[in-house]
Amino acid sequence: MTTATAPDTIETIAASAHQASAAATLDHETALRFITCGSVDDGKSTLIGRLLVDSRAVLSDQLAGVSRSGEADLAQLTDGLAAEREQGITIDVAWRYFATPARKFIIGDAPGHEQYTRNMVTAASQADCAVVLVDATKLDWRQPEPALLAQTRRHALLAHLLRVHSLVFAVNKLDAVAEPERAFSHIRAALARFAHEAGLSVAATVPISALKGWNVAAREPGWCGYDGPALLQLLERLPCTPADAQLPLALPVQWVEKTASASADTTQGRRVFWGRVAAGSVAPGMPVQVFPGGQSAQVAQVLDHARRPASAATGASAGVVLDREVDVSRGDWIVAAPVPALTADDDFDSPAATTAWPGQRELSATVAWLDDEPLAAGRVYWALHGHRWVKARVRRVAHRLNIHTLAQEAADTLEPGAIGHVELQLQEAIPAAAFTHARVPGSLILVDTASHRTAGAVLVR
Amino acid sequence: MNARVDPDVLSTLSNRHLDALEEETIFILREVAAAFERPALLFSGGKDSLVMLRCAEKAFGAGHIPYPLLMIDTGHNFPEVTQFRDQRAAELGAQLIVRSVEDSMARGTVRLNRPDEPRNAHQSVTLLEAIEEFRFDALIGGARRDEEKARAKERIFSHRDSFGQWQPKAQRPELWTLFNTRIAPGEHFRVFPISNWTELDVWQYIEREAIALPSLYYSHPREVVERRGLLVPVTPLTPARDGEQVATRAVRFRTLGDITCTCPVASDAASAAEIVIETLSAEVSERGATRMDDKTSDASMEKRKKDGYF
Repeated sequence: MTTATAPDTIETIAASAHQASAAATLDHETALRFITCGSVDDGKSTLIGRLLVDSRAVLSDQLAGVSRSGEADLAQLTDGLAAEREQGITIDVAWRYFATPARKFIIGDAPGHEQYTRNMVTAASQADCAVVLVDATKLDWRQPEPALLAQTRRHALLAHLLRVHSLVFAVNKLDAVAEPERAFSHIRAALARFAHEAGLSVAATVPISALKGWNVAAREPGWCGYDGPALLQLLERLPCTPADAQLPLALPVQWVEKTASASADTTQGRRVFWGRVAAGSVAPGMPVQVFPGGQSAQVAQVLDHARRPASAATGASAGVVLDREVDVSRGDWIVAAPVPALTADDDFDSPAATTAWPGQRELSATVAWLDDEPLAAGRVYWALHGHRWVKARVRRVAHRLNIHTLAQEAADTLEPGAIGHVELQLQEAIPAAAFTHARVPGSLILVDTASHRTAGAVLVR
Repeated sequence: MNARVDPDVLSTLSNRHLDALEEETIFILREVAAAFERPALLFSGGKDSLVMLRCAEKAFGAGHIPYPLLMIDTGHNFPEVTQFRDQRAAELGAQLIVRSVEDSMARGTVRLNRPDEPRNAHQSVTLLEAIEEFRFDALIGGARRDEEKARAKERIFSHRDSFGQWQPKAQRPELWTLFNTRIAPGEHFRVFPISNWTELDVWQYIEREAIALPSLYYSHPREVVERRGLLVPVTPLTPARDGEQVATRAVRFRTLGDITCTCPVASDAASAAEIVIETLSAEVSERGATRMDDKTSDASMEKRKKDGYF
């Protein structure tokens, strides 16, 4: 674990990136998706405006559009809704795109307001990196370890829960405090302690001024006693989220192609099961099993987007043709076949097989509650797992996380924005796994059966 | 537009991000086909919808696109684009449904203030009428988040209430790739598979995939007048005003829509590769350079979307 007290050097980050992903050298060819989060008025929209302007991603007509009264209001570049401009707050995620000579970026400008936590979670679920802004002027920075704001803690915890790969703290508005070096040192200590207590791994802690542009796109060497890379230089080097490639195959079936379009190959007369590989990889000849049906088969052929024979790795869409007629529909999973369990004395009388993805009807899960209507123990919701919808009953709320103290408190309901631990009972078994182990098999959403609103983000424990 | 970027930059531009964008788009196109009963794909013959169609061909196999193409015709289209649209739909073996604003005017559901006013905003009415007529439950559109600030706020699967309205404050959370497609009767979804593409990505993809486009996207001589910083094409619908100087210039269109509010830019770029280079050095956004109707207020796109516009 790298904490905020570790040296924030490019070399350290590049090295950890390399460890994190065997394909680290290729990462810079893919866009990095990052979000900016933190409390209201911490300067998120200003930071993004600054990144866009300093990387010359803002075109002249767009800058003119926010510069009517003289100086440009950088926040207005991203606040695209009338209600946002009226209130000067960000309500929903704005997605923006820019590139430096080194890399392309997709930014999610997430709202800071507690009421819009659901939109922050939406942004975080898509992100490779979370930049949590900390407003130095709002903290009692003369204390050796000032108390952090609730939203700083909440957003860092949510990013961690959602397995956002890199977490960066950007301590903002240090140009507006009397002793910036002391303030940064004290705030960094508080962030390091919080990260340690919460088990967060922090890629870097950077002092910045979004308004002035210091340490945003260009370095401000020595300012606040910091000599590390500017935020943008850091982002150019952070890895994308590594895929769950080392696991056995799990492929949720998204689309069943009923009539084969190819002519003289083995797809003739067979159905093609298309889906995005959630874990592991798929290649011809692999023994597989269909979930929940349980039928066994072998992969006869794997097709890519050009319908050429191929194999497919985690994250890629694949068309799978099986070697026999098997009942498979959308929502089913094609998973690695069970491996015969090794026994010490080759005991053939007990041909136990270990299933990589055992079916589960009872789930213990962490939930980020997103709906205005609180989660209530006993209620039934729709749950979506892969492409399968099942009914889910909340058997009990085990506890709610107090984001200030990190204590687990007794609760039988979760209010909007809360994080808690629940037990779910499902109508049918699903091949779920712990989210920390496998992202796609480990995540579900809960949908309110009456309003159809997406109500909860579920992370299997 | 002057190409101030070294042409060699093309060979150094990575294409790998295009694979990721294509993958995401195909995933979304399949999800719509599987999750909805009566989806349709909005098809104008423009570059964004042609990129979506190429991805649909990959998602379902050539000739097997499982939803009809829907065109809302303002009656103010460039004839080259209409021709191209019909030809492409026929080549793909796709069903093409055309519903026109002029029919809505005849029914009395669209009323114009002036006969020659831009009809872009009125498309919403005709579109909602078509949704009701065919009971569409999902409409796929080629809008991109980099086009405009209100679009940047929109989900990929964007819920519309029974009046066809977008409610920006009450958007559904969109977690990972778990798309909540549940709707009540009368509601529908607008789905944007190329949300995360930029204008540059679109041109790079057109170049890579050698996608055929209407000729108006490439440099051609055209009679124009200069009006408020824009080049306004001289057409029967948009004649030169008294005192305006008509000049023939080499121009191309960055976006093609209603003739009365779409302007070309000065350009010599005659291929997708040359347009990629021009786009890299562009100093004015796609809409800023070309659209007369977006300039009225900061919130004009948001207002129109709330009324059911794409």
